[in-house]
Amino acid sequence: MTFVHVAGGKPDTLIKMVNQIGSFFETMSDVQQAQTDIAKHLRQFWAPRMRHALMAYFDQHGGAEFLKIVSDTLHTRRDAII
Amino acid sequence: MNTLNDLDYGTPARVSAPEAALITVEIDGMQVDVPVGTSVMRAAVDAGVNVPKLCATDSLEPFGSCRLCLVEIEGRRGYPASCTTPCEPGMKVTTQSPKLADIRRGVMELYISDHPLDCLTCPTNGNCELQDMAGAVGLREVRYGYEGDNHLDLKKDESNPYFTYDASKCIVCNRCVRACEETQGTFALTIDGRGFASRVSAGQLDSFMESECVSCGACVQACPTATLTEKTVIMLGQAEHSAITTCAYCGVGCSFKAEMKGNEVVRMVPHKDGKANHGHSCVKGRFAWGYATHKDRITSPMIRSKITDPWKEVSWDEALTYAANEFRRIQAKHGTDSIGGITSSRCTNEETYLVQKLVRAAFGNNNVDTCARVCHSPTGYGLKQTLGESAGTQTFDSVMQSDVIIIMGANPASAHPVFASQMKRRLRQGAKLIVIDPRTTEMVKSPHVQADYHLKLMPGTNVAVITALAHVILEEGLQQEDYIQERCDVKSYAEWKAFVLRPENSPEAMEAITGVPAAEMRGAARLFATGGNGAIYYGLGVTEHAQGSTTVMGIANLAMVTGNVGRDGVGVNPLRGQNNVQGACDMGSFPHELPGYRHISDTTVRNQFEAAWGVTLNAEPGLRIPNMFDAALEGTFMGLYCEGEDIVQSDPNTQHVTAALSNMECIVVQDLFLNETAKYAHVFLPGSSFLEKDGTFTNAERRISRVRKVMPAKAGKSDWEVTVALAEKLGYAMPYKHPSEIMDEIAALTPTFTGVSYAKLDEAGSLQWPCNAEAPDGTPIMHIGEFVRGKGRFLNTQYIATDEKVTMKYPLILTTGRILSQYNVGAQTRRTENSQWHSEDRLEIHPHDAEDRGIREGDWVGIESRAGTTVLRADITERVQPGVVYTTFHFPESGANVITTNNSDWATNCPEYKVTAVQVMPVAQPSQWQQEFKQFTSVQESLLKGESQNEPAVTK
Repeated sequence: MTFVHVAGGKPDTLIKMVNQIGSFFETMSDVQQAQTDIAKHLRQFWAPRMRHALMAYFDQHGGAEFLKIVSDTLHTRRDAII
Repeated sequence: MNTLNDLDYGTPARVSAPEAALITVEIDGMQVDVPVGTSVMRAAVDAGVNVPKLCATDSLEPFGSCRLCLVEIEGRRGYPASCTTPCEPGMKVTTQSPKLADIRRGVMELYISDHPLDCLTCPTNGNCELQDMAGAVGLREVRYGYEGDNHLDLKKDESNPYFTYDASKCIVCNRCVRACEETQGTFALTIDGRGFASRVSAGQLDSFMESECVSCGACVQACPTATLTEKTVIMLGQAEHSAITTCAYCGVGCSFKAEMKGNEVVRMVPHKDGKANHGHSCVKGRFAWGYATHKDRITSPMIRSKITDPWKEVSWDEALTYAANEFRRIQAKHGTDSIGGITSSRCTNEETYLVQKLVRAAFGNNNVDTCARVCHSPTGYGLKQTLGESAGTQTFDSVMQSDVIIIMGANPASAHPVFASQMKRRLRQGAKLIVIDPRTTEMVKSPHVQADYHLKLMPGTNVAVITALAHVILEEGLQQEDYIQERCDVKSYAEWKAFVLRPENSPEAMEAITGVPAAEMRGAARLFATGGNGAIYYGLGVTEHAQGSTTVMGIANLAMVTGNVGRDGVGVNPLRGQNNVQGACDMGSFPHELPGYRHISDTTVRNQFEAAWGVTLNAEPGLRIPNMFDAALEGTFMGLYCEGEDIVQSDPNTQHVTAALSNMECIVVQDLFLNETAKYAHVFLPGSSFLEKDGTFTNAERRISRVRKVMPAKAGKSDWEVTVALAEKLGYAMPYKHPSEIMDEIAALTPTFTGVSYAKLDEAGSLQWPCNAEAPDGTPIMHIGEFVRGKGRFLNTQYIATDEKVTMKYPLILTTGRILSQYNVGAQTRRTENSQWHSEDRLEIHPHDAEDRGIREGDWVGIESRAGTTVLRADITERVQPGVVYTTFHFPESGANVITTNNSDWATNCPEYKVTAVQVMPVAQPSQWQQEFKQFTSVQESLLKGESQNEPAVTK
């Protein structure tokens, strides 16, 4: 499994981890707040290289491998994450 | 009693209700005020009078058998025993009279007529209550002679490795039997026979080792003669000085008196005034300290450029210079963020504080983590989110006010034995018990303990159970609505309530997932919600899951919805695995936060540390331990300073860890032994045991206690001095002269440690943080009146099945745990006689699963998971349920973590040790990994040995 996004590589661990995070927050009724909380969680607990790798993969490959709430968060809250 | 210089009041203290007045009695003409229920014997001690006694000691309820403590009471006939006679108002007591002296001498004559008169060569000479009493009563002759029937030829029981049972010296005072019952709660001892034939018996005339005895030492502690004596005392004689210190094992943090002869420990005696243990101990803290002087200790710094090179012993200066140069070389080559540090819960607060300071200030990044990552990091996260503080809410003593106790994912009888004894005492008083655990542990059923409910869930379904319990409470209207409305965030409560009440969260809907019958779940929920003070205790069976943080939040939800936070007898109580898990977390050893749980991105806080430390700090969180491994494999994390932690043995997916370490350029290990991680290291810095340094540990109840140096550091430097020296080699000065100065800095920079100092700790004995202006002497119970975060916050706890699914190929679930006699990776306990109780890790398997596979007791079985394979011997038992297997992880060759996977908690990356899908089949030989491990270990040992003998080591 790769961790940091490199050309042609896939950050499987990070994809799995962010989807786990998304699955916790997606039960919240306030979707906007849930997305804010996901972004905040990434910013607070993930080292910059992890966040950059995640966003780089998302930018290149889109949201197909992510929960919808995660994909929406990565799409709408880039600045808060990075 | 055999404790030097401790005042023994003879019977336990009584506490009057606050509104009740003290009663006044007169002892030998002196008036003394005592609480209702106080014995005459204890009142006499309060008055400065020591009534002779043998069967009484203040850790045990009075028994009244020795007849030595008789007194005269005005207006009463006869000579009542002062230990069993409670004081009454106006009572006038005479403790000395010619008649009493005659009676006492007569009693002593009888005792001594059947006692070896070898005082001068007896191991407890000078510290023997029988000897003292003979002197106190003025015994000058034994009229009966010594030739009659006696017990002098009885054989010693030497089976226990730590103490001797010499029946010839027993006076059958029953103190050991009562200690086993009242103090320890094991009920392993009894008095066999009647009259003259009466003798102390372990089990049913078994030897101590064959019996149920757990070797806690309570009987040895209680014995007034040399009948039960530590073998070290027999060998070395009585100590000549002592120091109060704190145990280096579990999160109970027992206080001990280290009794010394010069720089040698004679014995460790549990400290009567220790507020966590009240004079009790377990087999680890009481006896298993011999590792500190074990021949495997490495006391010289060593370096090597490759792990295939022989180790070279060097000076401290050369080793530290080499390490510092390597770290700077790596940073120049791979970037500032390419190195980091790992500290341990086995380190003191001061040491951990220094490691995180070194990483943040000298390395210039935040890549610091602690082994709490792999145990209780979900506690920190979950409790911070819900209650506002990353810590348990109670004192240990709080359990004595509990009416209903939940134990979830923990086995305190094995992992926190001294607290388990206290909990069992409360259970014997009538408190109800709910155990939530996949296994039938000792807390489910043991002498005088029977859980009212055992929710024997499938591993990995904690969240389903905790949410279903809340469902019952809300559905049946058992919640404490007033408490919730006053104390909690009602918006979050409304949302959580709607979530919990969904039909899919009912016990009936969850039954198929959890394996717990709905009726059992409902009964347990009703009991907890309506049974009075409800307290929840939990361990790694909660946290070490993919949803570990979610379960912690679920526990907090359950406590809040039933109004069970903020007073004595209730609360959320994480049982910390190691002695300083709480402290390591408090000290800012997580990569995202500074000491006191303040995020590194908080500019105000960061500025305070920058001003104090004279550096600019990075505002971004660093890598957590699992992230470090991933980054190492990618070539972006290449240097590591690892103090007191064996990541190779203790972290999951061993082959992943060793691959990561093998990819790194410089690993610096600071430890007592060449542990599994050190075999992958390039620099070895000798560590110091808890006996060789000053510092503090913070236990599971937030109690800060002193660790006191009782002998010089064997390698010349205590651990804190090593970190200081390394920092200086890196060009960052840390000019501390003593750990007390480090604590002063911690206190100055951490609001919850305000005013904490060694002087204050010496004065108070211990302090429970938060310490601040409002609570300068600490805060035993948290969240009284208001939660730390203001309003308690409910959070939805959606059950999500783990990725570790059972399949045809991996049809069983493996879960793991600890055993009483061994401690975590076993680096300490494996190097003691504790291995006599547990010399190998075994796989517990249910008889049905064993029969399906043709496995018999003791057979070698291969355990294969998606991560790897290892081989253990099978232990066929119904402690585990069908479909579940279990093992401990104390021996490196067991390879328990070869099987565990990279799955981790969503919030914290705490590994999912407790759920691994496996297949188990009979095999004839060790696994491939084990064979390679054996070979690798052999090579590493030869590299170590070759270097120490100044001979070329064999490399390959």
